[in-house]
Formats: sequence, C-alpha cells, structure tokens
Amino acid sequence: MSPRGTEESPVAKWVLIAIALAFSFVFLLLPLVNVFAQALAYGWAHYWQSLVKPDSLAAIRLTLLLAAVTVPLNVLFGLAAAWAIAKFDFTGKPILITLIDLPFSVSPVVAGLMLVVLFGLQGFFGQWLDAHNLKIIFAVPGIVLATIFVTFPFVARELIPVMQATGTEQEEAALTLGANGWQTFWHVTLPSVKWGLIYGIILCNARAMGEFGAVSVVSGHIAGQTETMPLRVEALYQGATEGSAAAAFAVASLLALLALLTLGIKTFLEWRQARTQKLIVGRVDS
Amino acid sequence: MSIELKGVTKKFGRVAAVNNVTFSVKEGELMALLGPSGGGKTTVLRMIAGLEMPTSGDVFIRGRRVNNLSVQQRNIGFVFQNYALFKNMNVFKNIAFGLKIKKWKAADIRARIGELLTLFGLEGLEQRYPHQLSGGQRQRVAIARALAPKPNVLLLDEPFGAVDAKIRQELREWLVTLHHDLNVTTIFVTHDQEEALEVANRIVIFSGGVLEQVGTPREVYEQPANEFVARFIGAMNVLEPEVRGGVARLGELEFPASGQPDGHKLRIGFRPYAVQISSDLTQHRYRAVLRHTFFLGVLLRVELELPSGLTIRARMTKEDYAHQGLEDGKEVSFQIRQYRVLAGAAAALPPESELGYPAPPLLGENI
Repeated sequence: MSPRGTEESPVAKWVLIAIALAFSFVFLLLPLVNVFAQALAYGWAHYWQSLVKPDSLAAIRLTLLLAAVTVPLNVLFGLAAAWAIAKFDFTGKPILITLIDLPFSVSPVVAGLMLVVLFGLQGFFGQWLDAHNLKIIFAVPGIVLATIFVTFPFVARELIPVMQATGTEQEEAALTLGANGWQTFWHVTLPSVKWGLIYGIILCNARAMGEFGAVSVVSGHIAGQTETMPLRVEALYQGATEGSAAAAFAVASLLALLALLTLGIKTFLEWRQARTQKLIVGRVDS
Repeated sequence: MSIELKGVTKKFGRVAAVNNVTFSVKEGELMALLGPSGGGKTTVLRMIAGLEMPTSGDVFIRGRRVNNLSVQQRNIGFVFQNYALFKNMNVFKNIAFGLKIKKWKAADIRARIGELLTLFGLEGLEQRYPHQLSGGQRQRVAIARALAPKPNVLLLDEPFGAVDAKIRQELREWLVTLHHDLNVTTIFVTHDQEEALEVANRIVIFSGGVLEQVGTPREVYEQPANEFVARFIGAMNVLEPEVRGGVARLGELEFPASGQPDGHKLRIGFRPYAVQISSDLTQHRYRAVLRHTFFLGVLLRVELELPSGLTIRARMTKEDYAHQGLEDGKEVSFQIRQYRVLAGAAAALPPESELGYPAPPLLGENI
C-alpha cells in the first residue's frame, strides 16, 4: 500500500484531464468558434446584411415574441404547480408530477405531431377551427403552443425541490402575523424561491428561443411569417445562393450568443447559491 | 376566560386527531399542552391559532367565538417548532414584519423593536440574518416577532424541541421570567413531562386525541385522573395482583381487597418514592435484594428484586442511601407507603390507600 492509497497516480490524473479537455475542445468549443468564423466569412458587412434582411428580422421578432409569451406563462404555471405539489397533499399528485415531466421524455417532433393531430385541418378540432376561421397549425398560435409544450417543465422542475425544502412554516408564520395571501406570497414565498425561479426562467427562455423539432412540425416554414430563428437558420443553410450559408451562421451566431449568455448567468447563479450555502454551513460549524 | 374550547373535534379524513376536547385557559396563565407525539396537542394549538379549523365544536378567545375568524383576525402570536424565521430578512425586518403589515408608523415600529430587543437581549443583532444566529437567539427572535404586534395570546409549538439540553434549561427559566414580566396568556406544546411540570401554571394532558386531565402540576402528579396520566407524569410501578380471600396477592406483595371476588385481578400502581427501604431487615414487612443503583444527582433510583423474582423500582436520597450503608447485592427490607388501585376493582375500594406520609417534592421524581 502506498501512503497515498486513495489518490490517483499523477499520470492517470493528467490523462483524464487531457481527455476531458480535448473532448470539450473538439466537440464543444471548436464548433462554437466555427459558428462565428463561418458567420464572418464574408466580413462584418455581409454579417450585418444577413441579420437585417426582412425575413431574418421577422424570424428574430417571432422568436422574441415566442419567448415573451412562453416564459411568463411558464412562470405562472410553474409557480402554481410547484406550490400545489410542495405545499398541499392531494390525490393524483404523483400523476401531476409525472405529467410535468412528460415533455422531457417525449420527442419534440412527436409533440409537434400531437398538435397537428389535434388542431390540423384533418385533426380533432380541425373542422371546427376552420369553420370559425381560426388558424393554429402553420401559424403563430401553433408555434406558441408547441413551444409551451416543450418548455412546460422548466420552471416547475426548478421550484418544486426548493419549495419542498422550504416547507410551509414561513408562510404560516406570515399569516399569524396578519399578512394576507398576496402579502405572504410577495414578501415570503417569492424571495425564498427567487434564485430557483430565475434559474428556471433562463433555462425556459433558452429552450423557447432554441426549440427546433416541435416548432418545425407545426410551423409550415413560411419565410417572414412562421419562421423562428432556428428554422430560419435551416432555411438559409439549405439555400443555394452565394453566401447564404454564411447568413445561416450569422443568425446561428445570435442563438450561440444567447447560449453563452445563458451559461454565464447560470454559472453566476450557481456560484451565488454555493456561496450562500457555504455561509450557512460555516455558521453552523463555528 | 382568555381561551375556551368547547367540544372541539378535528378529523383528518376519517381519523379524529382531536376528539371532543373541552378546557379553558385563564387570562395571564402559562398553560402546557402535554402528551406523547400524535396525541393531538399541536392540532389543538393550531386550532386556537386558526391554522386548522375544527370539524366540530367551538373555540372562544376572550369570550368571542372565533371559529369563523381567519388566522389574521385572531390577533395571536405563534412560535413555530423550528421558529420559521423569514430567511431572507434580518432580525429587525423579521420582528418588524407583523407591525408593517398592521401599518404601524415607522417611528413606532422602531420604538417597539428597540423595546423588544432590549427585553430579549438581542441588541446589536438587528442586522444579522437567521442563519447567522445561534439556536437560542433564533428562538428569542421568533418569540419577539410573535409578541411585537401585542397579541392577545402567545402560542408556542414545542418551544424547546430544537435546542440542545443545556440551552433548553436556560430557555425554560427564561420563558417563566418572560411570562411573569409580560403576563400575556401563553400556551405551549410539549411532549416532555418535566418541562411541563417545571414551567406551566396548569397542564392539559392529551393522549390519542382525547383530553385525559387538566390540572396544576401538583394535581396531575399527585391525583392523576387515570392510569395513563399516572404513568405519563412520573414513573410508576404497576402490578396486577390476583384476589384470594379478600387479599390481592402478587409474589410476596399483598394488598387489602375486601369484597372483591376471588380470581379477580386488580391493577395497582405506586410511585418509586412511595417505596421505603431499610437495611434493617426486621424494620419493614417485605424482603428484597438491591439489584441496581442508578445515580440521578441528588436522588438515586434503585431496583429491588423480590425472592419471587418480581422487580420494583424505588427512589431515595443520596444521604439516606449512604446513611444506611446500601450497595448493589445487599439484602434490604421495604414497604409500600402509598399506592393506588388503577383499575379492576369490582366493588368500591378507597381510591388511594395511604399510610400517612406526605409526598416528597415534585421535581426530579419523573426521571
């Protein structure tokens, strides 16, 4: 037995680190850098031109609209579901928890198809919708619905464990001190789940903007109308004109920037949370 | 009457957690709700607070029926078992919360909190967050927060449960002093008999959702209403002797049972302190061997083994033990000075058979 029995040998350590670094570099960093390199292949002017084309602008607008609609709804639903699951006991609770996870386990393409089956012209509500001149599939409402479906679990999943850990005592304490339901929520519940909520929101936002599969099925790919940024990237990439691949990468670079931003915020939040934890643990130890 | 419960029942599903409970708490009283866990005492406290609604029965606070009042309208102060301090607020904001909700003026809030911080020895901790406080400090902040809006009644759920044994003793004494100074009607829940006996003016004893007895510490100790109370408050030897010819016998022990049919079993209980021991083998009626001695401080607990194999517990002072030159393995004589017939009497028997000795002081007896 060597005196450093539980330690790896230095060789194993460096080999493992080298593999991890090489892998990250080849599969994660290189493609990311490539996106920006390709986007700028024809220079900054072409990059800018690609972004301000009407169809690209429309795609950016639609994507932002999608996030603006989806994220608040998701927050609302996530808070309600997490509250119900963490603070109440009711029959059917395990079913609700399973349902919340459903979008994680269903392929986004299947999610899109489900919407087509429900709302498409040949679908369940198709005749009725057509008779009332409502268009869902191959229109913006369909894209919104598809995005809501795939982002469904994000906020709830983040909040449930936080709320379960907090319990109901602080809320009850607020009630005994005379606070009404809204005051209790605003002053006690919300601050205690703040970081989990923000974390859920940025994940939900990233997914809402980046979703491809489900949106692709219901969108109909009408340039300038039902194309989101990911769909626009694909359309441009398959385009035959000179420089259209570079344009695709230009739009893609915006999504990549969003990803980097999300990663940055996420890392900051985790660092913050770890620091708070350490502060608490440190106090208990002393 | 500050608080009154009349026939209060609380069912969770089909299980009655509290069953037809009636008692009252006087203005300014310090009352303990005592019982084993699952006895329904916390549910009673929560019903007084308005955090639970009774399935049937009425709750009155200062003569007013409060069944239909929400928790916010009842003007109670509630201290939770784990204190439930607002983690995102510092000490000052925690205590100020109830006052802000009730729209006190900022100057009044500052004055009230200054007063409370002094009273609770929390000066200088205003800016600390709950995780930066010790267990005892947290509890004091929780009580200060509950008392800040000047409630009619202070309710505490297992107030000493979350701190370690040494601090617990300090906090008990502190709570008694605080109650004495503020004179606010206070009800606290505990499962610790000693705590209830030491701190409370009166005790309500629950088991299985049923009220067993209400009384002062001395009353519930000296005149337990039933076997449960007798065994729950303090230690008790319980025997089941069988009646033969007007005498109930178990091993060597005999208890008068005139008028009881042969073959009938009585339940007899006696406190360890009621067993008198002597090293003089001729002094008392029964013989036994001293098997084990447990040192509990001023008092000692000893186990006596009778020739028949029967074991009973006794209690004596250290001085008495030393004076008699007792030790494990020594043969002694003993008598039972006082016992109670707990159950099984077919005909009337005197409820308590005394040999004329006063009961010794209470504390330390129920270890």
